Amino acid sequence: MADLSKTLNAILREPRAATSCCFLLLLVTLAIFAPALAPRDPLEQDLMLSALPPAWIDGAEPGFLLGTDDLGRDIFSRVIFGARIALIVAVAASFFAAAIGSALGLIAGWYGGWADRIISRLIDVWMAFPPVLLSVLLVAVLGSGLTSVIVAIAIIDWTRFARVVRAETQAQAGLDYVTSARAIGFPQGQILMREILPNVAPVIIALISLQMGISVIVEAILSFVGLSVSSDIATWGGMIASGRQLINESWWVLVFPLIALFLTVLAFNLLGAGLRRALDPVMRR
Amino acid sequence: MTASDFLSRLLAALLTLFGVGVVIFCLLRVVPGDPIAMMISPSATPADITALRAHYGLDRSIFEQFVIWIGDVAQGDFGRSISLKRPVVELVGERLPASLELVFAALIFGVVSGGLIAVAGTLSRKTPVEPLLDLINGLFLAVPDFIWALALVLLFGVLWPVFPLSGRMDPSVSTDFATPFYLIESMIRLNLAVMLDILGHMAMPVLALGLPLASIIARTLKEALNEAMVQDYVLLGRLKGMSEMRLVLGEALRNAVGPTLSLTGVQFTFMIGGTVIVERIFSFPGIGSMAIDAVINRDLPLIQGIILAFGTLFIAINIIVDALSNRLNPRQTHG
Repeated sequence: MADLSKTLNAILREPRAATSCCFLLLLVTLAIFAPALAPRDPLEQDLMLSALPPAWIDGAEPGFLLGTDDLGRDIFSRVIFGARIALIVAVAASFFAAAIGSALGLIAGWYGGWADRIISRLIDVWMAFPPVLLSVLLVAVLGSGLTSVIVAIAIIDWTRFARVVRAETQAQAGLDYVTSARAIGFPQGQILMREILPNVAPVIIALISLQMGISVIVEAILSFVGLSVSSDIATWGGMIASGRQLINESWWVLVFPLIALFLTVLAFNLLGAGLRRALDPVMRR
Repeated sequence: MTASDFLSRLLAALLTLFGVGVVIFCLLRVVPGDPIAMMISPSATPADITALRAHYGLDRSIFEQFVIWIGDVAQGDFGRSISLKRPVVELVGERLPASLELVFAALIFGVVSGGLIAVAGTLSRKTPVEPLLDLINGLFLAVPDFIWALALVLLFGVLWPVFPLSGRMDPSVSTDFATPFYLIESMIRLNLAVMLDILGHMAMPVLALGLPLASIIARTLKEALNEAMVQDYVLLGRLKGMSEMRLVLGEALRNAVGPTLSLTGVQFTFMIGGTVIVERIFSFPGIGSMAIDAVINRDLPLIQGIILAFGTLFIAINIIVDALSNRLNPRQTHG
């Protein structure tokens, strides 16, 4: 626990990571309490109120802070509800990618030999696929929907964890504490899980934060091409796609979900960089 | 790199490509939906369906199907596209040059501007400019091509409409081209009007693909340059009275470029993957925008062809970058 509070302190002392942390907490709150916090139903259409500009521009209607889209849906409420899908995908997909990738990375780095050769070759093959195309393809195979998006991202992005964890495990395996554990006669599996994993964990945690940013982008891209969740659920990618169509008539349909997407990705990136600095024992000193 | 090195690397590359083939073949066999059901007319009898099934070899085992497919691919026969009713090789051959012009333009842009920012950052060490450059670059590092593309649409398509929003060139300027490399051909023929039109259409997709590359090159190269600037040989140069600019460009750069090169190779393959979505946003008629249509139309032969084209490209780039960095790394050439 002392370690945890030390890490938290180290993160909060960095203004960029601390701001990112606050922004993400705000986003999580908005997403969880979206039905209570959003001023309107994100799906409510009203063609009499279509393509209204944001509140500070002439022609705006009161009650529609960021304007409406071509179907008269409130953009502010849709951005808030869009955070739900973005965050669910970010957390679930990154968790699964980290679990698969770290497990394979630990095995390859620790046991070496043919296990390492097979896993490394698998990573090579995986890296030869363009990731966006592969995710589109996987979702087409699995059928669109939230679960498919999460599974597709995990299946594609485990390599990021596997490569780093493999290298880190190899480095740890040569250190004194591992040699001592071996000398005492600890079983292999126990050394791997109880000795090496805790020392590799900081790297994994920092990577998870970066992966969350990537997952949010991939979900937005899949919604953008119409392969994510069904169109009656508000997503940033779906909003961006309709905004791209309306670019010459109502720019605000594209701008606000794009800003939400950008800030979220930026926050995950800065938090990941801050975590890496805070958790890295060498850099902390 | 010796000849045997090269051969073993080529063999490994072919093995990887074979793996890509296996993965893509297996993946597409589990796609829900019967390809025959999409082809037949409603009046077809069960006998017709069986005949068609046998015609396409779909009545055989998965393993036999794979062997036939890989045999055809090895001979350069990738089958016919179901949605466009033309040979896959022809379609990929038409679209690939447009994408290649795009990614190489973006590569040049990314390397040149990333290199300039890194050198500028190194020259301005210990001045207020350096943290400012670092801050902007740190921000840029978090922006992926997808967000760049849309931000550029807003910036140069709507707010200050200087560049066309979609396509590869204006329909009115299209002249007869002898090759599918329109940009290069118009440059060689010195057809300035056509060249400028194509460059204008490419500007936004090139920026969207090249800016993430530029910022990552800027950061990596600047770190390497800063490390090199405190080495003894730079100190010696400084004692000899060399200018700061000459120290950076003449001495430090040569030693700092190695890690940046291998990183550029990896990032270049990521960038090629990025064409899938960037070409789609700008309706650019390359292989990437065709890929998404192929997936949406469940056009299996076309998807297989496109993914193998991407895979070959990725592996070729890896081999070239390995060979280049071997040549540049003094420890390996003199060792």
